[in-house]
Amino acid sequence: MAERAQPISAWPGIGAAALVAALILGTLAAVALRAETSGGFSPADWAALRFTLTQAILSALFSVALAVPVARALARRRFPGRRALIALLGAPFILPVIVAILGLLQVFGRSGWISDVLGVFGLPPIRIYGLHGVVLAHVFFNLPLATRLVLQAWQEIPAERFRLAAQLGCNGMAMFRLIELPMLKRTLPGVIAVIFAICLTSFAVALTLGGGPRATTIELAIYQAFTYDFDLGRAALLSALQLALTAAAALAALRFSRGDGFGTGLDRALQRWDGGAPALDAFWIAAAAAFLLLPLASVVISGLAGVFDMPALVFRAALTSVFVAAASTLILLVLALPMATAVASGRHGLVELSGILGLAASPLVIGTGLFILIRPVVNPTMLALPVTALVNAAMALPFALRILVPAAKDITARHGRLALSLNMGKWTYFRRVLVPRMRPQIGFAAGLGAALSMGDLGVIALFADPQIATLPLQIYRLMGAYQMQAAAGGALLLLLLSMGAFWLLDRGGRWHAEA
Amino acid sequence: MLKLDRCVIENGSFTLSADIEIETGANVAIIGPSGAGKSTLLETIAGFRDLKKGQILWDGARISNLLPGQRPLAMLFQDGNLFPHLTAAQNVALGLRPNGRLTTDEEAQVLSALDRVALPGFGDRRPAELSGGQQSRVALARVLVQHRALLLLDEPFAALGPALKAEMLDLVAGLVAETDTTFLMVSHDPQDARRIAGQTVLVADEVVHAPAQTETLFDNPPPSLRAYLGS
Repeated sequence: MAERAQPISAWPGIGAAALVAALILGTLAAVALRAETSGGFSPADWAALRFTLTQAILSALFSVALAVPVARALARRRFPGRRALIALLGAPFILPVIVAILGLLQVFGRSGWISDVLGVFGLPPIRIYGLHGVVLAHVFFNLPLATRLVLQAWQEIPAERFRLAAQLGCNGMAMFRLIELPMLKRTLPGVIAVIFAICLTSFAVALTLGGGPRATTIELAIYQAFTYDFDLGRAALLSALQLALTAAAALAALRFSRGDGFGTGLDRALQRWDGGAPALDAFWIAAAAAFLLLPLASVVISGLAGVFDMPALVFRAALTSVFVAAASTLILLVLALPMATAVASGRHGLVELSGILGLAASPLVIGTGLFILIRPVVNPTMLALPVTALVNAAMALPFALRILVPAAKDITARHGRLALSLNMGKWTYFRRVLVPRMRPQIGFAAGLGAALSMGDLGVIALFADPQIATLPLQIYRLMGAYQMQAAAGGALLLLLLSMGAFWLLDRGGRWHAEA
Repeated sequence: MLKLDRCVIENGSFTLSADIEIETGANVAIIGPSGAGKSTLLETIAGFRDLKKGQILWDGARISNLLPGQRPLAMLFQDGNLFPHLTAAQNVALGLRPNGRLTTDEEAQVLSALDRVALPGFGDRRPAELSGGQQSRVALARVLVQHRALLLLDEPFAALGPALKAEMLDLVAGLVAETDTTFLMVSHDPQDARRIAGQTVLVADEVVHAPAQTETLFDNPPPSLRAYLGS
């Protein structure tokens, strides 16, 4: 025996990893070959680069600066609804971007709630479009993530340290310097890097709240090069720039960060003895909850009014979205399960690398590459929906692997020897042991994949012609046509579909699962 | 006869050499200080570790080149002997047919094996619905239907209380006597060895010593065993 026997073969996973690598690297190569460097970067391109970096830095800093007091308050207070609030902090990850934007517009927009209140006092309404709108939306999405990551680090501080510090008579500030500041110094760079990387590839937010020469991200510039000028060479050049940025940021984020914010055990409150400032904590918790809940509540309220005002187009788009999400989830599982299995059986190097490739490429870069590759063969709009499903799956793959790999490792460590000693075949092991034991994780990963695909507004915008639309794209088009009632109804429908798909799959995985 | 022919096993920091023979039908306890390599020895015989040198033979045929499932042996581990999502009967059935459906005749064998370990009518229960002792019995029922010539026990009953452990050991002794199985059992407890094992193998100082009569060995222990026993 040249190597340790394994209950399951790594080859299907290696094959899946090769497919993913071919998809991502192939499209990147297509982009690189097609990029027209002769013209170099125009002033508009440099502006897009500057704006992309500025908004990502500001979004990361604001998210983290606000997350620290919120996480500190959550870490040391116990109150009814705390568990629900922490669960809610996970929701923006699967919240369709277009839904959140509609909600933010209704709260912070020109004719939104806050502007109305300002108007009562004779103050001018706030303007949400431009840099501050983009940053506001990014903070909305990433404050919860940052809070979860920081909270996790807070909860990992051993209770004995707080006990010892209390015994020594440390009060608030001394306790902070002694225990919490070192933890924050360790944790925050990683959190900032992760959020910075996420915001670099922002497309839907920039598309709806940015725009114009002064608020265009590179991702948006790629889209504009496509749709306004149909200048593939320039789209490819911008894609190459975007790729260099995201790859560098993803590397930095992976290097600095640990944990993934999906961690459980966050519902435990720290026992502390330094009192703290209850009123201040209550303020931070209430403010964060309001910031997250008001836009969602507003979508639900306005959506209920708009439900009866929706054209048939919306329902057709919803049906399309359900099909795309289902296909995308299927592709995701067909790739992720064998890859997780291969990593668990010890053949991990290249498989893991291929699994995180998706983090380095942005959807529009891959979309551009696929467009270049497909166009000589067939009209790309014919493949708009399959391509969307495929790219959605590739983008969800790194998250799915983070969920599946630890479970697969655990099961192989626990049951591998028994399966081997029973001479169980590899396929039987997969079917009768691995999949049944991993059902909760499979359900969770599938739920995330389905919700992400359902709410995605990215590649579809590149490929679709006016006849085809997924629900997010349809909502965007309705907003562009100022049919806000119908858009709000569609947003409520999309919210229900995304959350419903997640809930159904996640529950389905845990239903009757034995410990 | 099981023969460890000039075997050298490497496990991280220590090596273990073994050159011993064990007669067919013998009941052997493996005893020695913790960390001496008792479990490592069993895992190597079962095929979960590679030999550095030497070979393992069963009845003259080399088995050290076979995959774990192809060796003529069944093994019970310290834990994880049952799949928690399968019923007792399904777990036992894996011993007969790990990859397919049972014939009617084989289903009858599963039921009679459960009867034999005093668990009639427990076939539909999952491990979580069974007590620790009952779980051990299900694993033994699977060993019964496997019909292997050699049985290796890596302290599968260590988590049970003393009375229950003694009961399980007696059950094992009865079963192996019935089926003329050779069996090797890792143990920390000299009482276990005296209870059911005619011979004892001492693993100490990086050497697997030849089997000796259990009574003789404990009545007149060599220095390394005396150090372990503390007597």
